[in-house]
Amino acid sequence: MSIFYILLLFMIIAAIIAVETKNLLSSVICIGALGFGASLMFLFLRAPDIAITQIVVEVLGLIILIRATISRDLTFITGDKEFFGTVVSVVIIFVIFLVGVKVFETLPDFGTAIFAETRGAASKTYISEGLAETGAANIVASVILDFRAYDTLGEATVLFTSIIGATVILRKKAKKLLEDPD
Amino acid sequence: MKGMTIIVKTIASWVKVLIFLFGIYIILFGHLTPGGGFAGGVILASSYVLLMLAFGREFVQKDLPLALDSKLDCLGAFMFALIAILGLVFGGIFFVNFLQKHLPGRPLDLISAGTIPLSNIAIGLKVGASLFLVIFLLSTFRRDTSANR
Repeated sequence: MSIFYILLLFMIIAAIIAVETKNLLSSVICIGALGFGASLMFLFLRAPDIAITQIVVEVLGLIILIRATISRDLTFITGDKEFFGTVVSVVIIFVIFLVGVKVFETLPDFGTAIFAETRGAASKTYISEGLAETGAANIVASVILDFRAYDTLGEATVLFTSIIGATVILRKKAKKLLEDPD
Repeated sequence: MKGMTIIVKTIASWVKVLIFLFGIYIILFGHLTPGGGFAGGVILASSYVLLMLAFGREFVQKDLPLALDSKLDCLGAFMFALIAILGLVFGGIFFVNFLQKHLPGRPLDLISAGTIPLSNIAIGLKVGASLFLVIFLLSTFRRDTSANR
């Protein structure tokens, strides 16, 4: 159990450094450390599907971010913090903290499945009937592609639409660049 | 800029096949072991991103042109929608697992679970092609802006 707290501490420190550091490249690397910590956390919580997806997406996103930050002249962010802005953000964070304490009291203990404490949870049916209904040995696959396939359709639609948007904006420049490379 | 040094090129040319095969494995066995269409698709895209980083953009462009890439993207999306509509036609409900109902396979076989492996393949194709497409386009955009400056 203590491994979770060590990982949580590591992730929180990485997040704080990522926000507070002045160097853009170290900020990106801290975000990478945060993502790998999250991946390890999923692995220890016995969710290997999510862990694989998290680590793979993290690697790819890190590559893109590092390519984007290395190419630019590294901008060092400077500027003094205003007193009023700091007060407002501290008040907002405090309110969120109070609400969060109230909300987290209703959650089950860290690491226990939520369906263990909820009566009539749908996930109980998925676990008991999943293999018989869909024939897939991996329960996660049977949920995301059979029981809850609409969610996957929505996710695929979001990805498709965003890629179409990016392609429409960037394609002309890419074609021009490919025709006469410098 | 024609890619990186010879060391990176050699290692990349050995490793790229293994990464690609691992992606295919993750997609095909998505209904038996952890993984699935999304993770496998990202791994497929990352093998091509490795090639792009090591050998330069023109090399990858010969291997996987932009037009073919966006066609693969559309093909994956179309396959996924087609599986859903076939469920409506044969099973009466949108997205129903009609193959498992009519000819169920043995559990833990590679060919089992009806439409789930087919959906995994479609999503893997779609995610891999589209992620590689967007990374490729973003990298061309980046060089263009730095040249203007």
